[in-house]
Amino acid sequence: MNDALTVGSHTFQSRLIIGSGRYADYDQMLACWDASGVDCVTVALRRVDLDHKHEERNLIDVIDRERYTILPNTAGCYTIEDALRTARLARELGLGTLIKLEVIADEQTLLPNATATVAATRELADEGFTVLAYTNDDPVSALALEKAGAAAVMPLGAPIGSGLGVLNPTNIKIILSRASVPIIVDAGVGTASDVAVAMELGCDGVLLNTGIALAQDPVQMAHAMRAGCDAGRRAFLAGRMPRREYAAPSSPVAGRFTT
Amino acid sequence: MIVVSVNGDDLELEAGTTIGALVDRYVSDRSRVAVERNRAIVPRATLDEAQVEPADVIEIVTLVGGG
Repeated sequence: MNDALTVGSHTFQSRLIIGSGRYADYDQMLACWDASGVDCVTVALRRVDLDHKHEERNLIDVIDRERYTILPNTAGCYTIEDALRTARLARELGLGTLIKLEVIADEQTLLPNATATVAATRELADEGFTVLAYTNDDPVSALALEKAGAAAVMPLGAPIGSGLGVLNPTNIKIILSRASVPIIVDAGVGTASDVAVAMELGCDGVLLNTGIALAQDPVQMAHAMRAGCDAGRRAFLAGRMPRREYAAPSSPVAGRFTT
Repeated sequence: MIVVSVNGDDLELEAGTTIGALVDRYVSDRSRVAVERNRAIVPRATLDEAQVEPADVIEIVTLVGGG
């Protein structure tokens, strides 16, 4: 099934985007990427460790750029300025102009600062970035981000790293019905059924990290996430049957020979 | 000698040290890092011309795993 995800000028064959954090090692990470079928992966930017001259494998060297598009994030940024700095550093690193924008409001919940995210989106879009903006499951901020120039809006399913799934499907549906840019559920996805739920709602994609990296068997879970994404997407495209309050027999009533 | 901050550590450097030379102390391949001085990007092409100034705050960053 050719059913690509388009964000700005970028086209991805997989509707799943996964991270590079919290894996045991690079080999496990690469095995999970392979199993999940993704072609876009997220990374973070951090200070070089000055105590060790970096001769060991750097993440940049590990990623096959022919196969994977790198989506750098601004994770850990609490101000507009820090998010802008991080995006510019990522571009200077040669990662292009895709940016997963996060402006976090609170350390304990890692919930986003919606107004700061809108302001940062406007600035980065003006600078030519393709902004995928992480936000709350809030239709008002999602539409504000779209208006500010986000190429995709990424409402959380649940708090980052919580694995609680899609906590407010009603709000996600409202966002989907009103937005014109792709909607990608980002954060809170704990297992394959969570991906399927998001995709069945009609989301354009799902971004997750910890759900695979912290599974007991991450590679197995990466396969499962892929299957969940495919199942949910196909169910959405198929269009589910209407719900009803009472039973309806699936075998004919007419012609019964039993009492 | 002048004192600059590099990735949060104060460092004494000879006046006239280029930011390129500073980066080379820590990384073997400049393409793996991006450099910022006082919150503004130092483009890779200018690293060998840009000299450290007293009280500069320099950040040398690279990619790490993240979600």
